[in-house]
Amino acid sequence: MSEVFTTAVMVAVVASAIRLAVPLLLAALGETFGQRSGVLNLGVDGIMLLGAFSGYYAVLKTDNVWLGLLAGAIVGLVLGLASAVIAVTLKAEQGISGIGVYLFGLGMSDLLFQKLVGTPIPIDQFPGVDIPILSDIPYIGEMFFQHSLVIYLAFLSIPVATFVINRTTFGMKIRAVGEYPDAADTLGVSVAGVRYATEIIGGTLAGIAGAVLAITLGIFQQNLTNGAGFIAIALVYFGAWRPTGIMLGALLFGFVNALVLELKTLEIIPRDLSNLASMAPAIITILALVFVARRFRAPSALTKPFTRGK
Amino acid sequence: MSIHLSHQQRRILAYSIPVLAVFAALLFGAIMLVLLGANPFEGYSEMFIGAFGSGNALIATILKATPLLFVGTGIVIAFRANVINIGAEGQMVLGGLFATMAALYLPEMPSFIMVPVILIAGLAGGALWGWIPGALKAYYRVNEILSTIMLNIVAVQLMSYLLRGPLIDPAEIERGTRIPQTERLMESADLPLLFGSDRFHIGPVLAVLVAIATYYLLWRTPLGYRLRAVGLSEHAARYAGIPVRRTIALALTMSGALAGLAGAVLVFGSESHRMVTDGSTMGFTGSAGFNGIVAALLGGLHPIWTIPASFLFGGLIVGGQALQRAVQVPSALIVALNGLVVVFVVAADRYRVRLLSTDGRAQEVEDDGKMPLDEEDSALGAVYDAAPMGTDSYGQDESGDDPP
Repeated sequence: MSEVFTTAVMVAVVASAIRLAVPLLLAALGETFGQRSGVLNLGVDGIMLLGAFSGYYAVLKTDNVWLGLLAGAIVGLVLGLASAVIAVTLKAEQGISGIGVYLFGLGMSDLLFQKLVGTPIPIDQFPGVDIPILSDIPYIGEMFFQHSLVIYLAFLSIPVATFVINRTTFGMKIRAVGEYPDAADTLGVSVAGVRYATEIIGGTLAGIAGAVLAITLGIFQQNLTNGAGFIAIALVYFGAWRPTGIMLGALLFGFVNALVLELKTLEIIPRDLSNLASMAPAIITILALVFVARRFRAPSALTKPFTRGK
Repeated sequence: MSIHLSHQQRRILAYSIPVLAVFAALLFGAIMLVLLGANPFEGYSEMFIGAFGSGNALIATILKATPLLFVGTGIVIAFRANVINIGAEGQMVLGGLFATMAALYLPEMPSFIMVPVILIAGLAGGALWGWIPGALKAYYRVNEILSTIMLNIVAVQLMSYLLRGPLIDPAEIERGTRIPQTERLMESADLPLLFGSDRFHIGPVLAVLVAIATYYLLWRTPLGYRLRAVGLSEHAARYAGIPVRRTIALALTMSGALAGLAGAVLVFGSESHRMVTDGSTMGFTGSAGFNGIVAALLGGLHPIWTIPASFLFGGLIVGGQALQRAVQVPSALIVALNGLVVVFVVAADRYRVRLLSTDGRAQEVEDDGKMPLDEEDSALGAVYDAAPMGTDSYGQDESGDDPP
C-alpha cells in the first residue's frame, strides 16, 4: 500500500477533491437559501442537468466558457422561478413536486443533447489561474493554488453567503420567514416574496453548478450529474444549514469521490467492487443525517406552505 | 371560491382535478412535440391507440400498471401516516434482488411453493429497505425524504454490483459479453399465466387484491386506525396511547414491503424471466417507484381509487412509448413528460383537497403541540388533514372512519 499513497498521489487527490467539491458546494449553497426560508427544493439535480447542458452547448457554440456559465445561470434562474411558482404559489407538496422537476430535467437535458448535439464533442475547459507566489509552494501550491478562477470564486462565495444570511436585512427576512412565517407576515415581510427570491437564487446557483460541472469535465452526457443534486440537498442537512458547514461537507464528499476515483484508476479497488465503493457517499450521508438530527434543528417552517391567518 | 357549488358538484370537480392536471401536462407535451417538429395530434392519437386501442395494448397497459398499483398502495399507507416515501425505487430493487436470490439459491420446488416463496422474499427485501428509513425517522428523527433518496442510491449500486458480479449469468462470462443480468430463473418460480395468454400473469390480480386488503386494513382494523391517527395528529395519537414511533416505522416498512413485491413481480412476470439492469434504477423499475406516488395522488390517496388511477397512468406510459415510436422522437421525451405529469398532478392536488373540505376552504389544522418528533414534519399533515372527509365523498360509508 505504501508505494501507492505517495505524496504525488495524495497531492493529486486533494487537488481533484477541491475541483469535485465545487459543483456540490454551489448547488448546496443555493439550496441553503431556499431551506432557510422554508422551501425544500428537491429538483436541484434536474436544474443542474439543464444548467449543465446549456453551459455545455453555449461553450460548444461560442468557445467562451464564461458565456457557458451565463447560460447555465439563466436556465437555472428560469427553473428556480418555476420551482417557486410550484412550491410557493401552488403550494405543492415539496417532497414530491421536486422529483417531477428532476425527471423533467433528466429527460429534457438528454432530449436537447440528442437533438442539438448528438455525439459528445469535447469543449474548452476553464483556464487555470496560478496564484502568484502561493502556487510555487511545493505540494501546497499544486493542491490549492493552481485552479481555475471559478473554483476560487466558489470558495469566496462561502463568506459572502454567511454574511448575507446572518448580517443583512434580506438575510434576517429569510430566517424569519423560515422560522416564524406568521410573525414575519404580521411585521409586513412578504413571505411569498422572500421565498421567490431564495428559490431564484437557489435555481441560479444550481444552474451555475451544472455548467461548472460540464465545463470542468469538458463534456456532456445523459445524466451527467449522476445524483450530485441530491447529494447537494443532503449536504445542506450535513452542514446544518450553515455555509461553512456545507463547505466542509462538500470538501469531504469531494475527497471521498476523488479518493474512490483514484483507487479505481490505480486498481486498488478491483473493478468488480467499484459499485460498492460508489455507495460510500450515500452511506456517509445517512450516518451524518443521524448525527445532525441529534444536534441541530431544521428551519421550523421547512416544507410548510404559508397561508395567511391560518 | 366565490361561486357556490353543491357538495355533489364539488365532489365531481375535485375528482376531475387530477385528470385535468394530466391533460395540462400533455398540453405542455404537445408544445414540445411541435418544437421537435412532430405532429401532436398524430402523436397523441398514436398514444391513445397504443395504450387502449387493442387487446394487446390493454394487456400491456395492465401489466405496466401493476407495479404502479403495488407501489401506489404502499404510498397510500405511508402518506396516511404522514410519512413521505420517496424510496420506492430502491425498495423495488431490493425486493427484486431478494426474490431473485431466493430463486437462484433455493432448491427447485413445485410452483405452488416457489411462487409464494419468491413473493415473500420480495416483500422482505422491500420491507427491509423501508424499515431502515422508518426506524431512522422514528427513533433518530432523520428526515425520511433524504434517507430514502440516499437508500435509492445505495440500492442501485448494490444491484449493479450483484448483477455484474455474484449473480451474473455464467453464460455472459463465457461469451465475454458481461451484460449485467442473471440467468433465466427457475421455471417453477414463473408467475402463473391467466386466460391462456402468453404474458398476462397473476400480478395484476394480486395487486388489485392487495389494494382491497389495504382498504380493509386502513379503515377496518385497529392497526389502520392507529396509522391514520398518527397521520392526522401525532400529538393526539400519543395522548390516545398509540405507540407513535413504532407506528411510523411500521408505516414505512409496510410501504416498502409493497414496493418490494412490485420488484419481485417485475422480475418473475417479465418475459425474459431474469433480473436485468442497465446500471440505473430506472433501467429496472421504469420509474415506477416515483410514478406510483403520482398514481396514489391521482387516486386521492385511497387504495381502491388507486386501482383505476394506476391503470390510467400505466396507459400513459405504454402510450408514451407508442407515441415516441410513431413520431420518432428520442425516448428522453417520455422521461421529461413524466416529470411534467408529476409536477402538474402534485401542484393540483391542493385544490382537490380544498374542494373536498366541507366549506370549500382548505382545512389546515395545525398541530399546536410541538413534540420533539414534530420538528421535521412535512406539510402533509396540513395538506391532508381534510383527506378523511374526502374518503367519505368517495362513496365509503361513514362507519368506515369510525374507530373499530
